[in-house]
This record gives sequence, structure tokens and C-alpha cells, in this order.
Amino acid sequence: MRLEYFQMLDEIVEAATADRRTLVARAFVPEHSPVFEGHFPGHPIMPGVLMLETMAQASGYLLLTLNGFSRMIFFASAKEANFRSFVLPGSTLEVKAEVIHEGSGYAVTQATLSQNGKRVADARLTMRSVPFTSPALQAHVLNEGRRLSLVTTEAR
Amino acid sequence: MASTFETVAGIISSASDIPLERITPDSHVMKDLEVDSLSFLDITFEIDQKFGIQLPVEEWLAAVNEGKANGADYFVLRNLCTQIDGLRAPATV
Repeated sequence: MRLEYFQMLDEIVEAATADRRTLVARAFVPEHSPVFEGHFPGHPIMPGVLMLETMAQASGYLLLTLNGFSRMIFFASAKEANFRSFVLPGSTLEVKAEVIHEGSGYAVTQATLSQNGKRVADARLTMRSVPFTSPALQAHVLNEGRRLSLVTTEAR
Repeated sequence: MASTFETVAGIISSASDIPLERITPDSHVMKDLEVDSLSFLDITFEIDQKFGIQLPVEEWLAAVNEGKANGADYFVLRNLCTQIDGLRAPATV
């Protein structure tokens, strides 16, 4: 994880397929980050909003994989978001996102963060799917897809 | 059994905090009820789930934006309910 750059996922454990609309990823929480200097002095923990962002990114890459990185996915809303345990610097998180419903221009996912098999956060997320409006954005997303080994070919 | 209109009005009321009595078959979801795009996403999800369909909202918006259809054709409740009834699987009718 590079918290300051909102780069939350480090490696993919299981990529989604048309038959299995679930993504599992790992995220290594850094030992040191300016985020922990403010959150909180003397008690560094991962902010809940960044846990939510991590689940949203897993949902995003899940849906990007399913649409062949042809449309951008934006985080639209979170429902029933729960932060069940503190996440400390140096933790390894398993991030899972599953498609609950795929609609026209949006999808709903259920996402969880776990540590050592114990659920530390979960949420139901709504994600919008829209055409890429900027080649630079699409290039960035494709590069991130390559970093995560979700994209193995040239841009489609 | 509740009519399509009653079910959809209940979903809109619950998703948008709009009193049920304000919602009529002639209400335009956006113009009259002032439902914003995020709330409409929630409403679409609930309709999709409730009726076992996928409202083709993107297709509708494209048709409206291209001048091929009028927004009222899809977003006035009476018309929205007709669209839903047309999309419902025979087993759920």
C-alpha cells in the first residue's frame, strides 16, 4: 500500500472470471506513513476511510476485470460499512469483493477486509460504470491493472 | 398484491425520504420528485432486485441525450411502471 497515493492493493490472489465474479487481493499496510503521524499520534491505526477505499478499489478492479478495462468504475456509495477492529501499521490484509448485482451503468458489491482470517471491515458498495472520458485516466488504470497482473495484453 | 406503481412508489419514498402521498403516476422522478442521480441509482437497484430485471437506464439516457426519446417516456412514473411490466420475466408477473 502507498497510502499517500491511494494505491491500496499490492497483489491479486484470485482474479475474477465471468463465472466467478469475485476478486481477492492482498494489501500490505506500511510500517511508516505520514498518515499515521496524524492518525493518531502515539496510537497509529489505519483510518476507516482508507479501509473503505481499499474495499472500493477491490470492487473497482473486480468490475474493471469483468468489463475488460473498457469502462471506468467510480465509487458511488457505501452502505452498512463496518470497521470491526483496529488495523495497525505493518498488517497484511486480505481484501475480497464480490458482485451482488450488475445493473445498467452500475454494480453493487459486497466487500470485506480480513486479517489472519478475522474480518476487520465490511461494506456494501455501489459502483458506477462509465465510459473513459480521458485517455490519461485509461492509461493510468491500465498501468495499475498491469502492476496487479490483471492486464496482460496491450490496451484494448 | 401491490401494483407495480405502489411497489415503485414505496421504493422511491423509502430511498428518497419523499412522502408517499406526494408520489403520483404523473410524477416525473427527477423533475417533480427531485430525486438526484445517486438516489436514482439506489432506486434502480431496488427495482432491479424487486422485479428480477435490469432497467436499461444507460440506454434510456443515451436515447434522451441523442434526442431520440423524451425523458418523460421513461421517468414519469406511469411510463416507468409500463417499462418495468414489459421487462418482467413471465414467472414473476
